[in-house]
Amino acid sequence: MAQQTVLYAKHLEAGAKVVDFHGWDMPLHYGSQIEEHHAVRQDAGMFDVSHMTIVDLKGARTREFLRFLLANDVAKLTVPGKALYSGMLNEAGGVIDDLIVYFLTEDFFRLVVNSATREKDLAWINQQAKAFDVSVIERPEFGMIAVQGPNAKAKVATILTAEQQAAVAGMKPFFGVQAGDLFIATTGYTGEDGYEISVPEAQAADFWQKLLDAGVKPAGLGARDTLRLEAGMNLYGQDMDETVSPLAANMGWTIAWEPADRNFIGRAALEQQKAAGTAKLVGLVMEQKGVLRHGQRVVVEGGEGEITSGTFSPTLGYSIAMARVPASTGDTAEVDIRGKLVPVKVVKPSFVRMGKKVV
Amino acid sequence: MSNIPTELKYASSHEWLRSEGNGVYTVGITEHAQDLLGDMVFVELPEVGDSVAQGDDVAVAESVKAASDIYAPIAGEIVAVNEALTDSPELVNSAPYTDGWMFKIKASDESEVAGLLDAAGYKNAIDEE
Repeated sequence: MAQQTVLYAKHLEAGAKVVDFHGWDMPLHYGSQIEEHHAVRQDAGMFDVSHMTIVDLKGARTREFLRFLLANDVAKLTVPGKALYSGMLNEAGGVIDDLIVYFLTEDFFRLVVNSATREKDLAWINQQAKAFDVSVIERPEFGMIAVQGPNAKAKVATILTAEQQAAVAGMKPFFGVQAGDLFIATTGYTGEDGYEISVPEAQAADFWQKLLDAGVKPAGLGARDTLRLEAGMNLYGQDMDETVSPLAANMGWTIAWEPADRNFIGRAALEQQKAAGTAKLVGLVMEQKGVLRHGQRVVVEGGEGEITSGTFSPTLGYSIAMARVPASTGDTAEVDIRGKLVPVKVVKPSFVRMGKKVV
Repeated sequence: MSNIPTELKYASSHEWLRSEGNGVYTVGITEHAQDLLGDMVFVELPEVGDSVAQGDDVAVAESVKAASDIYAPIAGEIVAVNEALTDSPELVNSAPYTDGWMFKIKASDESEVAGLLDAAGYKNAIDEE
């Protein structure tokens, strides 16, 4: 029996096509995922992300614990509310999950982790936290709504109290703030401006309805996937997992090598991988007809790779993908599409940001 | 519930067939099929003049979700294709039984049509999926 978020009834009301997503009944789309995609790029859309897991970490040694747990370094978080994207690695340097960590107070940090990895994440965090006397507290009593798009912030502002508006005024990207009952963060998974808002479950349906009334379009998992892929953002379980090094998943920028004396889980393995060299995650662009898809074989000079995520890009009007290929790969490749080798361009894995083409 | 017009014939692989007279039949995919596939992004059509056997894959419908083969429900010659789908593949979603048609086929053996499903038979087939 699949779990349902607190917004399930609102999805049915809006005509959602519901699918199972790692044990959750989630909206795939509400009619047309391409229209929902355009709504986010051009105006404002919202996603129910209540299935994601919020984990609060409390204790005097929380910062020290996170500097050991995560490949990125929370020492970079000096201003309360500031957030950081990081991989959480195993000893072999594989990615257990990717997550966002918020610095709230010196003895209180918040993690937002993927829903599909919830159980193993909690087990791992709990296991590692013991040595640091850090309490690990899951917060399932919140719904979470991502409101994204060029007009997202303005539309959200119309339903906030004066105090909440003041709390988010001028907030820079990658910050979170508790504003009344809401935890409002300037984060997202679309490459657009906007917020991810945690709201107490009892208020979630009402908050969703207010956003609808403010002209924010509901968008499902289908649009979420095409938007994140256009933005060049990884999907855990598809673009990387426990068997993949962050160095082979375009996450090198999230590894804080300095200071060299900071020991974090997976560091030794990563140093070896770095010295030996790894495959790399690149972007592919195919301007002719057809759609690049997950699992397709990529042929490059002197080797082969595989598409990890592929889709039709509604913003660009042609197909894009992320692919893991040998480090020597140049700026062209061929993809095996149903038995036919089709030429594609190799680019940095980022295609659309803030509504604009970047390839 | 999915719309299944009673005047059409159906293949269990989700194509519909409409008689246009003179042994010519228009072929498209059902509302149920487009709903399963999601937003259509490309439709690869056969060439006019192609001779096809019953069950041949003759077209490809690429949606946001998957690439799906479209099969010839009967044998014959392709006599027309829906060029509008080149620029507007979404017609397959919005009007699967009318503007979203895919190709027309001149039957080489019209008795094959009798072997296809009627609306009730197709409804049973998709209810069992």
